[in-house]
Amino acid sequence: MSPLARTWRWIKAHVVLGLGLLVLVYMFVPIAVVVLMSFNDPGKSKNVYKFRSFTLDNWTNPCHPAGMCHAVGLSLGIGLLATVVATIIGTMAAFGLVRHDFKGRSFANTVIFLPMASPEIVMGSSLLALFISGSKIITLGFWTIFIAHVMFCLSFVIVTVKARLAGLDDNLEQAAMDLYANERETFWRITFPLVLPGILGAALLAFSLSFDDFIITNLNAGQETTFPMFVYGAAQRGVPMQVNVIGTLMFLIAIVIVLGGELNNRLKARALAS
Amino acid sequence: MSQASEGSRSLHLSQLTKEFATFTAVKALDLDVPHGSFFALLGPSGCGKTTTLRMVAGLETPTSGSIRLGDTDITYAKPYQRPVNTVFQSYALFPHLDIYENVAFGLRRRKSGDVDRQVKEMLDLVELGTQARKKPPQLSGGQQQRVALARALINRPDVLLLDEPLGALDLKLRRAMQIELKRIQTEVGLTFVHVTHDQEEAMTMADTVAVMNAGVIEQMGAPAELYENPRTTFVANFLGQSNLIAGKVLGAEGDFVKVDMHGITVSIPQERAHVKTGDGWVGIRPEKVLIAAVGEDIDAPGNHLDGGVVTDVSFVGVSTQYLVRMPWGQELQVFEQNTGRRRLFNKGESVDLSWRPEYAFLLDASQDVNAGIEDD
Repeated sequence: MSPLARTWRWIKAHVVLGLGLLVLVYMFVPIAVVVLMSFNDPGKSKNVYKFRSFTLDNWTNPCHPAGMCHAVGLSLGIGLLATVVATIIGTMAAFGLVRHDFKGRSFANTVIFLPMASPEIVMGSSLLALFISGSKIITLGFWTIFIAHVMFCLSFVIVTVKARLAGLDDNLEQAAMDLYANERETFWRITFPLVLPGILGAALLAFSLSFDDFIITNLNAGQETTFPMFVYGAAQRGVPMQVNVIGTLMFLIAIVIVLGGELNNRLKARALAS
Repeated sequence: MSQASEGSRSLHLSQLTKEFATFTAVKALDLDVPHGSFFALLGPSGCGKTTTLRMVAGLETPTSGSIRLGDTDITYAKPYQRPVNTVFQSYALFPHLDIYENVAFGLRRRKSGDVDRQVKEMLDLVELGTQARKKPPQLSGGQQQRVALARALINRPDVLLLDEPLGALDLKLRRAMQIELKRIQTEVGLTFVHVTHDQEEAMTMADTVAVMNAGVIEQMGAPAELYENPRTTFVANFLGQSNLIAGKVLGAEGDFVKVDMHGITVSIPQERAHVKTGDGWVGIRPEKVLIAAVGEDIDAPGNHLDGGVVTDVSFVGVSTQYLVRMPWGQELQVFEQNTGRRRLFNKGESVDLSWRPEYAFLLDASQDVNAGIEDD
């Protein structure tokens, strides 16, 4: 075989792997930069985007920049609360839309997609108009952010749970009823455990949507500052290195959740195999 | 005493009807299933057999009529309130529970004591004792089928419903499971109501078969009775194969009815003649028809048909199947056992046909002669 043909064969055998690695690198370079910059000591330099020397200061004093940790706390609080509320309402709505045949169901199923499809700036400004016209009842701040976040998370929760629910074999519930489980037992022992992965997926999605929303939040936050708003504001003057610490932490938490789930599955599979 | 208590747990359907928006699935069905019997509801898909089963299970609400279990009316009882369990066609095993918990499910809901012993016994009965901690998707189709059976059976229901339970299995496994199911039914002595479209399966397993078509029961009885003396063209064609020949009733003569069949007079026993005047279909099973060379003596003192010509021969080992064209143009099927006593006939040969009068039956001519023939 000629060297040329051999090279060609090698390329053919490895081209998919190579492209795949390139895509992974493309996706992870920004994260690698964030992790790296979290150890940067910019000193007196104005150029905070250049790595000067290694330090652990950013990690030991994460709350050093004024207002940053308050913003992180606010974002976590709103994120958790909005996630819980949107997941509960969205899950119930998904059950209603899948399980009950009512007039206007297909219309409702279409309308669900509208918040996902409309531009954030449109939703943000219309919400602002709503809140201002209702300023006697509510002032812009924590609760307006919360209401806005629940609103845009809902569609995603409904769509995610609906997909899981539609894939559920209704024979399973009938079998449970046939085996002496009443409606309540059937729901908690069969339906809920089987839909739970969909609900958890929806909750994770809702949290990440809420935590990093900027446009809608910025318009409806009043005097409050969430973490994305803090970063945006800080970016005008030079982002404090601690932002990279928060970014790295969020990334680590996400990895732990994903790997934890995977590990759990593997342990279960191994226990079953033995 | 035991007769009375057994009678009190038998299943009675009366005037049971189920209408859906666009069609009637079950029409005024009357049915009595004695306690301890293996009962089969047989019919083509869409005949209403599964709807009937689901109404008995409580998964479908009847439009009218009633369902009684012994003296208790369960027509509108919730599925979990009736002592009836179902083996679903798709098995419907709970994917998130292991085999043990699947089987224990019904016992736990009823707060039954001694769950562990009962589950282990049941898993042993279906030979899955070693698989208790596996999840359903890790088992083969046949094993899943047995889990579904064990899960229903462990509750000792008054009636066990089986909805095409062997439909998803391959032929060999299906035969094995038929024998297994029959053995278990005999062992536990419960009432089994088995829904199937497979006539061989119904006849092999059931004591009583009800043939259903278009929402009504066409005929009901022991498998041999249904096969030997069908009352409708649907039953004659759906259970095995039949030759149906147009004829005109001439009149009764003793225990027999005489019928003119294209110029040949044949006799049919009174109890097998389901029409007494006018036109009828003379029915005869292919294996009951004897074939012989022209003029040869046939061992059948009865109806004799001359002038046949063999148009097709298929040798299938245990038997030979002939198609014989009769003078009136119809092709009759003849199955001849390969006993070695008779020679094979070739395509194009002239033959005589004959059958014993006691094997023939006579059906009402107003029925579709092709009813119940499955197009494959």
